[in-house]
Amino acid sequence: MKGYILKRLLSLIPVLFVVAVVVFLIIHITPGDPASVMLGPEASPREVAELREELGLNLPLYQQFTSWLAGVVQGDFGWSIFMNEPVLQSFFSHLGPTLSLAIFAQLLAVMLAIPFGVIAAKRRGTIIDQTFMGGSLIGISVPSFLLGLLLILLFAVQLRWLPVAGYKPLNAGFFLHIRYLILPAIALGAMQAALIARMTRSSMLDILNANYIKTARSKGLREKIIIYKHALRNAFIPILTVIGQTFGTLVAGAAVVETVFNIPGIGQLIVNSVERRDFAVIQGTILLVAISYVLINLVVDLLYGVIDPRVRLNRK
Amino acid sequence: MQTTVVREQELSNVKSHIKKERRQLLIRRFLSNKLAVTGSIIIVIILLFTFAGPLFASHDPYELEAKQRLLEPSAAHIFGTDNYGRDLFSRVAHGAKVSIGVGFFVAIITSILGMIIGLYAAYYRSLDNILMRLCDGLMAFPAILLAIAIMAALGPRVENVIIALSIVFTPYVARTVRSSALVIKEQTYIEALKAQGAGATRIIWVNIAPNVISPLVVQATFIFADSIITEAALSFLGAGIPAPAPSWGNLLYDGKMVIFNAWWMTVFPGIAIMLTVFGLNLFGDGLRDLLDPHNNKAKK
Amino acid sequence: METKLLEVKNLKTHFNTERGRVTAVDGVFFTVHAGETVGVVGESGCGKSVTAESILRLLDEKSTEYEGEILYKGKNLLTSTINEMQAVRGNDISMIFQDPMSSLNPVYTVGNQIVESIMLHQNVNKKEAYEKAIEMLRLTGIPSPEKRIHEYPHELSGGMRQRVMIAMALSCQPKLLIADEPTTALDVTTQSQILDLINELKVKFNMGTVMITHDLGVVAEVCTKVVVMYLGQVIEESDVRSLFSSPYHPYTDGLLKSIPQLTGDRSKKLHVIEGKVPTLHQVPKGCRFAPRCAFANEKCHDEMPELVQADTSRKVRCWHYKEIFQAGEESPYVSAADSY
Repeated sequence: MKGYILKRLLSLIPVLFVVAVVVFLIIHITPGDPASVMLGPEASPREVAELREELGLNLPLYQQFTSWLAGVVQGDFGWSIFMNEPVLQSFFSHLGPTLSLAIFAQLLAVMLAIPFGVIAAKRRGTIIDQTFMGGSLIGISVPSFLLGLLLILLFAVQLRWLPVAGYKPLNAGFFLHIRYLILPAIALGAMQAALIARMTRSSMLDILNANYIKTARSKGLREKIIIYKHALRNAFIPILTVIGQTFGTLVAGAAVVETVFNIPGIGQLIVNSVERRDFAVIQGTILLVAISYVLINLVVDLLYGVIDPRVRLNRK
Repeated sequence: MQTTVVREQELSNVKSHIKKERRQLLIRRFLSNKLAVTGSIIIVIILLFTFAGPLFASHDPYELEAKQRLLEPSAAHIFGTDNYGRDLFSRVAHGAKVSIGVGFFVAIITSILGMIIGLYAAYYRSLDNILMRLCDGLMAFPAILLAIAIMAALGPRVENVIIALSIVFTPYVARTVRSSALVIKEQTYIEALKAQGAGATRIIWVNIAPNVISPLVVQATFIFADSIITEAALSFLGAGIPAPAPSWGNLLYDGKMVIFNAWWMTVFPGIAIMLTVFGLNLFGDGLRDLLDPHNNKAKK
Repeated sequence: METKLLEVKNLKTHFNTERGRVTAVDGVFFTVHAGETVGVVGESGCGKSVTAESILRLLDEKSTEYEGEILYKGKNLLTSTINEMQAVRGNDISMIFQDPMSSLNPVYTVGNQIVESIMLHQNVNKKEAYEKAIEMLRLTGIPSPEKRIHEYPHELSGGMRQRVMIAMALSCQPKLLIADEPTTALDVTTQSQILDLINELKVKFNMGTVMITHDLGVVAEVCTKVVVMYLGQVIEESDVRSLFSSPYHPYTDGLLKSIPQLTGDRSKKLHVIEGKVPTLHQVPKGCRFAPRCAFANEKCHDEMPELVQADTSRKVRCWHYKEIFQAGEESPYVSAADSY
């Protein structure tokens, strides 16, 4: 198992290298001089020259890259000009709300989608199945920020059941925290739920045709045990892949939903930094998100071993 | 000599006949696929709205009328007016051109680039490693964030939105094309062609490329839909198409400002996006069922 | 010996598919007594596996309709409730399947899967169930079963997995075992080991056994009685010895002749039954074998023969079996048989 983890970690190196190059290049594809773009039109030539010096823009590109990369490897993700603090610090101070939102949305999605997918598979071809699957296709077609706006319109503006926007941290009380997160989590989780439900349905359909399901039935097991013990555990492997792959998308989607609901998370940090032309923050944050995305996928890969004994490579 | 000519004539007749029959079969199967048909009906309606809608719009989408601010939907303004007194119907109709245009161009550009990258990666092993690591690297970014970052660097312009989204989505196409092309490449007749001395370019474009078209078209449909969503999100965040232009994302951005007073400014552009994306997804799903040979519901 | 364990009477199994209703099994009769092995033979697609699965009602109930009777100890399984069926499955009637590679759940240990079966039907605790499972694995000849029991299916060879399947099937001492091509997916040496094992355990537990197979060699080796199926119907039922020495039905005759012989003139071409098996969507109106039969006349093409008692121990579904049988030596079939 150790060897397997090590091998997987090594295979991440080229991917992370490409990620670093892309992130580094983002600042350099800016038309014109990044320093003057950052400072805006009112800046004097001296200020621009100073910033160029400070950012090392006068050095050859490869040198800029190596020194930047060396910094990143040591945990130096740059310095926010606007907030005057290390990017890493801004990142962590905005991480809480995003994680809270993403995890809540993910839980909501999984808890809804898996039972729905299983039921649809069990009753394939019936009205129930078609309704669920039609609904999931609509779920996939509504962008999260739009759903967020519609939810605000209905539950906050018309019905006044829930707050329009804003965020209360966990230490303000669990229920208050959740109250503010419900609408954003539904907005964010809907597409996720639709994807997971579709995957659950199709992999359950595959597995319910498997021979070992027939064996289980021939033993006299009850249908519930066949579905939840024998089929679902096998179906869980592709489902887990979707959950893992889309968790990164969820975090990214949180960025957009945060803007709709005014939640001070990573998304707002990025969007505000775009407005402020705070390139270091954009670069650093995106790099950190991409790294977490890659690591989440690694964890998902390793989780397969827990669910599927065939993947456990340590045994001989 | 004479006979071979006749034979070839016959052969090509037979071939075109088979082609025709296959096309008819495909059309019949398409029509029996409810998803695909519903999807294409929705798409046709949206396209009609996109091209004919502006003709019916009696108002200029940019015309400001301070007195007519935030009017509810009525006979004069069937979708109501926005916070600057502009007619919402004509803004949604003109916005369709922008939003669908962006989606369309991104779908075309990513298809072309993705096809080239995917085919060459599949054919040349040495190239494969580099290109696929590059794709993996780009795919490690959540699509919307990468698009935001690129837009932040390039500046908000329609062309830049198309460029940014093309960079973001090309790797997905390249991966699909590559995996289909690899299957074809492993087949014996490609080996035979190589043994006969056929050139790489010819094999790639004449023998492999036609086989990757079906998965490519399906993927392009989904990218079309995704691009519309992502463009809307970018514009909504203020990193997309610059302000006065009526893209659907911009309309939603304006709508959010007055969400307490004017539901119509959120609902109508919202419905436009949902319908378009839903239609494209339905169509793509149906197309995939139709073109995927593994999906022919083989039942005992 | 004379207790009727299972009696299948005019079983018909229909599937409702997207392309309309298909009758996969259309008139199957046979009886199994305790301690007896009945072979069900036929080409692939003749409905023998569907017959097997119909007995335990394992087919998708939503799209399947049954007709006729399947009497287990006099009780009709086709009209039993689902709860009654679940009590019968694995406890009174067990089944082993063709492909041991895919018939065990890959994510649970073999022990877990056997114990599950034991605890379902017997009033024992987990520890006792594990002991019982180890005993069953030992009985099927798996070496060091106390270690193997904690392994996953993918860690075992095909033969071992089929032994696990047998251990699992027999763990509750069923009265009847249905073996659906249990050796088809295995290599030749393992095949005979598994057959021997099934035979041995059948005697030990005095089980009735239904052996579904396409292989007449298997029938000759383990069966006492045989049922030949063609296109969803039983066309001949007989004791094994009589069937091999003098088949009544032309199809059975053809089947027997298509077995390769080691003795005699091997340069001679193997006998081939002319024509193809029609699909279930286009079954012939009359005798189903008529389009491929050398003896077929108008009556054969128009009217379907019933399965009739040919002599005390044998039944056949053919209009002409008497003439063909009496014609004996002159018939082209029998004379061809002599030349082997």
